[in-house]
This record gives sequence, structure tokens and C-alpha cells, in this order.
Amino acid sequence: MRKLNHFHGGIHPPSNKTQSTQVAIAHAPLPSKLIVPFHQHAGEIAKPVVQVGDHVLKGQLIGMPDGFVSSAVHAPTSGTITAIDLQLIAHPSGLPNLCATLIPDGKDEWVERKAVDYRDHSQPELQQLLRMNGVVGLGGAAFPSDVKLRIGKQKIKTLILNGAECEPYITCDDMLMRERANEIVQGAQMLRFMLDADEVLYGVEDNKPEAIAALQQAIKESNLNHDVVAIPTVYPGGSAKQLIRVLTGLEVPSGKLPTDIGVQCFNVATAYSVCRALAHGEPLLSRIITITGNVRRAQNFEALIGTPIDYLVALGEALSDTDGYIMGGPMMGIPLPSVHVPVVKATNCIIATSAKLFPQPQPSMPCIRCTRCVEACPADLQPQDLYWFAQSKEFGKAQKFSLFDCIECGACSYVCPSHIPLVQYYRFAKSEIRAREHDKQLADQARVRHEFREHRFEREKQEKADKLAAREAAAQAAKLASTQPLTPQQLAEQADLEARREHIREVAQSSVENTAVENTTERTGN
Amino acid sequence: MLSALLVMAGIAIALGAVLGYAAIKFRVEGNPLVDKIDAILPQTQCGQCGFPGCKPYATAIAAGEADINKCPPGGEEGIHKLAELLGMEFKPLGGNAVPKPKSVAFIDEATCIGCTLCIQACPVDAIAGAAKQMHTIIAAECTGCELCVAPCPVDCISMKVIEEKITNWKWKYPVYALNTVETTNVAGAALQKTNGRAPG
Repeated sequence: MRKLNHFHGGIHPPSNKTQSTQVAIAHAPLPSKLIVPFHQHAGEIAKPVVQVGDHVLKGQLIGMPDGFVSSAVHAPTSGTITAIDLQLIAHPSGLPNLCATLIPDGKDEWVERKAVDYRDHSQPELQQLLRMNGVVGLGGAAFPSDVKLRIGKQKIKTLILNGAECEPYITCDDMLMRERANEIVQGAQMLRFMLDADEVLYGVEDNKPEAIAALQQAIKESNLNHDVVAIPTVYPGGSAKQLIRVLTGLEVPSGKLPTDIGVQCFNVATAYSVCRALAHGEPLLSRIITITGNVRRAQNFEALIGTPIDYLVALGEALSDTDGYIMGGPMMGIPLPSVHVPVVKATNCIIATSAKLFPQPQPSMPCIRCTRCVEACPADLQPQDLYWFAQSKEFGKAQKFSLFDCIECGACSYVCPSHIPLVQYYRFAKSEIRAREHDKQLADQARVRHEFREHRFEREKQEKADKLAAREAAAQAAKLASTQPLTPQQLAEQADLEARREHIREVAQSSVENTAVENTTERTGN
Repeated sequence: MLSALLVMAGIAIALGAVLGYAAIKFRVEGNPLVDKIDAILPQTQCGQCGFPGCKPYATAIAAGEADINKCPPGGEEGIHKLAELLGMEFKPLGGNAVPKPKSVAFIDEATCIGCTLCIQACPVDAIAGAAKQMHTIIAAECTGCELCVAPCPVDCISMKVIEEKITNWKWKYPVYALNTVETTNVAGAALQKTNGRAPG
């Protein structure tokens, strides 16, 4: 039995997971329209490589990764691209972003798929394959997986497969582990190969016994040396840093990455899509999504990326008093700006909300510094101080109090007796600090450019002056060398000078002669 | 008596040598205060302060020749930072200058006659073009100083406010409605008014 560690704080919100685990994962039927955003991952937006009117096949590349941290985007089914324009997407800003609209032809016709044996390829080749197959972290942050595999010379001791799924309501990873454990285990083995990790651990919260059993069965069947660890159910036990702490006892230092302490962490659903990408040549085109909350039939669906969320919600039969939708869990999810936005790679759960299920938050009261948030904080921070600095916009101090180690899990807001929306303050402060750092960079750039311009003017002035001086000197020399006849006045002057020189010579001569004469007289006198 | 004098003189010479060496070795290039002030200024190089750039303004502030409230692009926040750095009182923005939203210049390329006047005016070389060739703004380098607008003989340059896009979007300061209070008198109304803002 592995000795488990604990992280500080954490909370126990009602899990509400059983509603959506009663029936198996269903395939969502093909919708009549798909909206595929080009920016579904962390990092740079993918560049469109198709045009309006193009007929595309299922799995065809439509967005080329652009930049180091970027990922490919593919057509989720065969059909015609009818528009490439700005559309509303699931983003807390409620602002639109570039999307391709695809009208399916209903044939679901694949492009040529090329399965590879991962053992025949080098690590950079496999990384490139994952990048071009659009594999990103499916836990929620959608960070490109190939970037997480570029570890350089660092030695990875432990590869962690994150199946904790600690947020209430969400069960997509649970159902995936129950039904498709084999492919998860194979994917984990591929990731282990790419990282050259010593051990593979699956962290699964102990409220998912079926998933744990399924994984263990799959590992036994494939005769691999992986280890499934049941971890206590505490929110946010599924956050990477906290999970690493529980499983290995190691703490990721502030401002460092897990790879710096020899650990790397992937979601189980990511491992599944790695397996699909390499062993089947299938890019990431669909994912499992939990439809739950205020619905008649809470269930997990495998839906194509780009499926409008209202289509999925209709499958789950949202109740009539539904007043909104959350993408993600109730703790960290974002309210959707519209129910017509499409499913993206990060969409793990859609919760229909109602006044009964999620009553309006109570009005906020002033902070009484009770420090209940400190007790709950899994990152060992001082949330009440961070709140104080964020609300008074003292960003420097907030940074000194390790604002950027906050994982925005919402445990502090959950326990706050004054009902202060603490995480909103931290998000505000973080994005404000990032914006300022960006402005500072731009200002520094402008300073450099301005200084260079001044320097260039200075240099040009100097060059001009040098040129002028050189020209003058050349003119002088030319003047001297010229053989122009002299004027009578100059001739007279020259003659005068010559006469004077002659006179001086004569005087000098005579004085020498005189002294010589005197010398002789003196000698004879002696 | 003499030995004491010699000892003291010896110490004085030795320490003097150390100080002299340190003065050469650790010599600070330029005025560090000017650099600190310059770091706070927004580097738009717009000249709205009356100086030909941010550095000359910083130099003037350091020398005590200019007020700290002459930089509209820096806004009130910049003045606060300068006041804090220099241990001065905050002053509201001087003159009738008002901070404008951050914008970039835009050249209507169909109207541009390629006179290069804007290129000469741009303090950060953010305009590309040549004589009798169309010019264009390198938006990523433009500081929004507006110095190119006036010299243009055909008025083809306009300032475009940078719109909020998904790439530059920021989380907003949390503002939420509090419980509305039944008001029956003026004091109650005033109370409700103060309740309308975020706490803290």
C-alpha cells in the first residue's frame, strides 16, 4: 500500500456525481451545423488553412498550429465550410473569436488515417505527431500536450495520470475510465515512453470505485507495471500540484513546473486521445461531455468538437426553469454567454442552472478576517490578504504574497462567511498585472526604438559634418596644388621676402667673419 | 604626539585611497533618478508634456524643473507612481489634458501620397514607406503619440482606439449589486446609493 500525503486545506462540497453515471456514454447524433473555433487551446491561435466553400473530410486539418505553444484544429466530420468568421465562443469575456462553420454532408467520410507504432519513432517525431493531431490537455486548461512532453534534459521519475475529477457534477473522466480503460492505459504507456518515466501512477478519487477497478483490470490484461492509487475525496484533489503532493509528497516550488521536480501530469482523457492519435491516426475530433444539473436526463455524451451546446442540452432535456448554463464545474466553471456556443476541447461538463439548484449568492459583507479561507486554501496562501491587496489594487503587494500561486479553485469563496467573491478579485488582479507587464514590455520596446532613432540622428549629423570637413580639406589641398599664375602683387611680395632673406644671410655671414677675425687677433695677441 | 599624528594621517590617506578607488570602480553612469522616472513614464514620446520625449521630461522632473502632472498618457496612475517615487503630493493632471483611451494611428493607404512627412515625425520609427511610395503603420510598434497626424498634408492618418478583443481582454473589477433597501427618507436614499458600489 502506497503511503499517501496530504495537501493543506481543501473542502468537501456535495459531489452530485451519481445523477450522470447511471447510464453509459451515448454518442450524440450528428448536428446540422458545427462551429469549430480556431483557438481551443492555450497559446497562439491556429491559422486557418481552408477557405469558405471548401469541401473537407473528417479529420482534415483546417487550422495550422502557429507558434511554439499552439495546436492543430481539424474538421470533426466531412462537409462544406460555409463561413470563417468571428463567432461567440465559450469565454468569460463573452467576446467572439475566429471560427469555421461546417455544414456536415452526413457521410462522415474520413481522410486517410495513418496509425503509427510509437516505439519506432523518436520523441521529437511523436511530439510533432501529437501537435498535428491537435492533442491538448482535456482536464480543462487545454494546454498543448506536445509542449508538456518537451522536457529537454530533465529526468522524469513519475508520470501521473490524473483521474481525480474532484469538481462536483463532472463525471466525464469517471465514465471514460469505466468504459475505455484499455485505451487510457495504452495512452499512458505511450506517454511513459515519450517521457522515459520510471513509474506510472493513476490518481483516482476513492468515490470512483468502478473506475479504479476498470483501470486495474486493464493494466492487468496488458501486463504493464502501472499503479492505480485511490486518493481521498477532497476538493481540489484533482489540481495538478495538489495531486502531485498527495501521490509523491513533493511540492512544486513557486514559479516552477512539475518537471523541475521530476514529475509530469496528464489527464486520463488526454492519455485516451494520445492513444487514438498514435495507434489509430485519429486527431482529436470529439470528447466526452457531462450534461447535468437542471436536466431530466443527466448523462455523458461523446460529442464532436463544434457541436452547439443547445443541441446537447436538448439531448439532456433541460427543465423549463433553467436560467443559464455553466461550462465546467460549479467551482471553477464559467457561465456561458449564450447556449448557442460550440463545444471545444476544454468542454468537460455543461451544467444547466436554476434558481433552486444554484441560488443567487448572498450579498457580500465586509471581510472580518476570520481566516477561514486560510484554513481552506490548498495552495497555502493567505486569501484574506490577497483579497485586501486586490480590492485596493495594490498589485505589487499581492504579487509578493504569491498571488500567482493561486489556482483559482474557489475553496476560499466557498467557505467565506461574508460571501465575498474572492476568486473574482484574484482573477482581476492577475489579469491586471499581466496587462501591466505587457504594457511595460511595449514601453521598453518604444524606449529602445526612440533611443535608437536619436542615436541615428546623432550619427547622421556626425557623418554629415565629417563629410563636410573632408570636402573642405580636399578643396584646400586642391588649391595649393593648382598652378595658377601669381598676381603682380604676390610676385612683389615674394621678391620682397626673397630680398629680406638675402639680407639676413648677408648679415649672418658678416658677423661670422667678424668673430673669426677677432678670434685670430686675440690668438696673435697672446 | 608625532606618532599619533602620523597614525591619524596614515589612516586618513588609506581611507581616502579606498574612497577614491570606490568612486572610480562603482561610478554610476548617468543619473539613476532619471532612469527611475523614465521607467514610470509610458514612453509614448508624444511631447504632450512640453519636452521632446520621455527622457527629457524625466530629466526635467529629476532636476526639479517640471511638475509631475504633465503626462496625459501616463494618467493618474502614473502621477501616483511618480509622487510615490519622489515623495511628493499627488496632483491632478495639469492643464486641460485628458487621458484618452489607448489607440494606434491608421493610414488610409488609398489617400496617402508618399510624402514621408509622417515617417520623419514618428518618434519610434513605426511607419514603413519611402518617397512616393505608400506608407503604413507598424501597429505593434505604434505608441499612439499622434505626432504623425498633424504633418500629413492630405489628412490620411486617423487614430483608432484599440478595441477590446479576446486576446487583450481583462477580468473586470468585481462589481455586483447588493440588496436594495426600502427607502422612505433622504438618509435612506443616500444609504442605498452607497450600497450600490462594491464593498471594501
